[in-house]
Amino acid sequence: MLENALRFMTMADANVRFVLFGSLLIGATGGLLGSFAVLRRRSLVGDALAHAALPGVALAYLWTGSKALPVLLAGATVSGVLGVLLMQFVINFTRIKADAAIGIVLSVFFGIGIVLLTHIQRSGSGNQSGLDKFLFGQAASLVEDDLKVMSVLAGLIILVLILFFKEFKALIFDPGFLQTLGYSTRWIDVLLMGLIALTVMVGLQAVGVVLIAAMLITPAVAARFWTEQLNKMVMLAAAFGGTSGIVGTFISSLAPKIPTGPVMVLVATFFFIVSALFAPRRGVLARGLRRRGNARRETQQHFLRACIELQEKIGEGRAWPVEELAIELGHSPDKVKRIGQQLAKAGLVARGDGRFALTEAGLQEGLFVVKSHRLWEHYLYYRAILDADHVDRPADEVEHLLTPEIIIRLEDILARERGIDPAQIVTLHGTGSQYRRGGRE
Amino acid sequence: MIEISGSFWIVLTGVLATTSCGLLGTFLVLRKMSLLGDALSHAVLPGIAIAFLVSGSRAILPMFIGAALFGLVTTLLVEVFHKKWQVQEDASIGVVFTALFAMGVVLITAYAGQVDLDQECVLYGEIAYTPWDLLLWGGDSLGPRPVWILGGVLVLNLSLVTLFYKELKIASFDPAMAASVGINATLIHYLLMGMVSLTTVASFESVGAILVVAMLIVPGATAYLWSDRLAVVIALAMLFGAVSAMAGYFLASYWDSSIAGAMVVVVGGIFLISLLFSPNQGVLARLWQRLQLSLQVAQDHMLLALVRRDEEVEEHAKLRPDELVGSAAVWGVWARMAFAKLRRRSLVQQADGLIGLSAAGEQEALRLLRKHRLWETYMNRLGLPEDHVHDPADAIEHFISAELEAELGAEVGDGRDPQGKQIPPSGIEG
Repeated sequence: MLENALRFMTMADANVRFVLFGSLLIGATGGLLGSFAVLRRRSLVGDALAHAALPGVALAYLWTGSKALPVLLAGATVSGVLGVLLMQFVINFTRIKADAAIGIVLSVFFGIGIVLLTHIQRSGSGNQSGLDKFLFGQAASLVEDDLKVMSVLAGLIILVLILFFKEFKALIFDPGFLQTLGYSTRWIDVLLMGLIALTVMVGLQAVGVVLIAAMLITPAVAARFWTEQLNKMVMLAAAFGGTSGIVGTFISSLAPKIPTGPVMVLVATFFFIVSALFAPRRGVLARGLRRRGNARRETQQHFLRACIELQEKIGEGRAWPVEELAIELGHSPDKVKRIGQQLAKAGLVARGDGRFALTEAGLQEGLFVVKSHRLWEHYLYYRAILDADHVDRPADEVEHLLTPEIIIRLEDILARERGIDPAQIVTLHGTGSQYRRGGRE
Repeated sequence: MIEISGSFWIVLTGVLATTSCGLLGTFLVLRKMSLLGDALSHAVLPGIAIAFLVSGSRAILPMFIGAALFGLVTTLLVEVFHKKWQVQEDASIGVVFTALFAMGVVLITAYAGQVDLDQECVLYGEIAYTPWDLLLWGGDSLGPRPVWILGGVLVLNLSLVTLFYKELKIASFDPAMAASVGINATLIHYLLMGMVSLTTVASFESVGAILVVAMLIVPGATAYLWSDRLAVVIALAMLFGAVSAMAGYFLASYWDSSIAGAMVVVVGGIFLISLLFSPNQGVLARLWQRLQLSLQVAQDHMLLALVRRDEEVEEHAKLRPDELVGSAAVWGVWARMAFAKLRRRSLVQQADGLIGLSAAGEQEALRLLRKHRLWETYMNRLGLPEDHVHDPADAIEHFISAELEAELGAEVGDGRDPQGKQIPPSGIEG
């Protein structure tokens, strides 16, 4: 094993260099095209295409007797594209839905491929060993000629991708816009499918038909977590794919029994999981933290509002005992203490003697929250015509989200349409919200 | 002798597996979950491999536990990735099943010494060895083990589907109604997934992953092309599965290839035949319907051309055949076919090389003209400018039924159309 690792690291062996370059190429083109395939919701079509390529490989060999990669890939492309066309035909012409159509093409073409492969193997007309690597892939078997073919294909893919980047982008995000530019969405779609097909062909020998779809899907999905921009996503997906290729090849070079394809897929899956968990904005952890922060801010703002509403009810300038706040908020006294301590740390309340009082900063923020709450109540009451006893709860949720701009618009609408004076909404000596008690008048 | 009974056991194993899959597959296809079935049958592989490693044998129970666990994991992961991690649904299916399948392959190849499975066998099974994999009971052979296992699974599937038939049916066709009558959709979902996992495991070692995937999807989808009734679709799906198992075996022995693969080829053939020849959904039937329709439209247009000419010259006008054929606005051959049909229906008559309407033809033509102008007037009333109403009316005139004509007549009245032409009165007997 150590020897293998050394051989790999030093790259003294030309074969190692080929294999490495090949897997890099596969991973990178897979990531590039995969971004488009995933965003266009064609990820499983790539899977169908790959499975459908198998009979083409076998037939190309049966007809020509050659195992040269260009010949086999030509056959694979023809049968793969035929499979996708058949799938599209079934979706358009019958009541069979897309999912079943993908499954039919995928399994039946693959079955045909298996029949042909086993027949070739048993009929003695040739040694199947050259062909069965197309099932799970064998990066170790890549030779210089294979790499030339793969490089040409990859170059072609990248060239077309650069030339039509804008069109593909429009196809994904705004097909209508593409049409107004005078393009036929259909042909751009066909072009994209063609590129996906070529990408599958690049990886067919080293990753195999069963799992090549993962090289399209997984790096792209991983990249999606890190960015909202297409060009960044494409680059990142290519980087993830390329790295998966290299790392996967390295790992499987340590244990030559294990086929390369599955290992590459597992490395890509690792990138996916890491991205999904730790990506800064869309990642699971980041979103969890954000949600917790929001929830904390909400309880704090409710606390401030409760202080102001108590002040309205009872009179000015008092410090509120924990018990009274607990009743007002519906929390346990312990929870009230905890929130109060958070707020004290932020300088919004002052505490002492089991009581809390708003500081000047706390008062300002509290007033803003109360104002948001009541403006929203008014708005729901007059514009959405909710009953008076149905506006408090929604306002509880929305009060934290209203921006100063929205507040100004709400004030404006209510002043114009209902003659409500914005200055009278929170006065600190009023009677609180008018919506707590009864139904609509 | 051993040869014949060997074939019998192989075919029986195939039939048991394919009918089980066909039965469950119908529901997967109806519920648009075919790809989840596909994913499931790939993703149980690591479960099976781990069960092998742990138990060191092909005992069905550990394998089932392993596979069921991973089946559940697949369903859960797809759901978590999609709903919680905000990955598109198709992409999350793709990520999950490729990762799990890759894991399975790595396990199998890494522990090749301990695991009596190889990656090819995972794909297309070892059904040919069925007759030698005997179930022994106190030294006596009870027949091949896979037959017992798959037979048991089929009986279980049949009983569960029969027991929960109503629930499955409602939950598949109308989830909202299912919820409103108190059917637990989640329970039905996991029941179905559980049956699919069990069937996958039971079929796996004898027929392999591709046969399971194909038989879960293709027979159900094919049967769906032939019938609208669920019970019939299920019966047909099981029949198609059984037929392909039998025919596939003979194809494989005739052409010396993988038996499971050949069974898939046959079911693919059945699908292709259905795609072409099914009476309602088939391609030929559709093309025939379209041809009939365009011939009908062409005939209508010819009648209208004649009756409009009548109106212009205020007498029974006649047109040269080429003028008439030109008026149909369809391609030459179809126009001539439509013309021949008009003559066969005696709606036109020919004199001195010119074509005119017969009495019956005139009635038919006037009724069409009435429909056309009623529609024009109606569209105009709805606000479409008068120079934009001809084309829509041209397209729809062929499809206006007697009832709709009566309704339009009541709405629009017998007056003039937007171009100021008289709408022919109704009450002409056809």
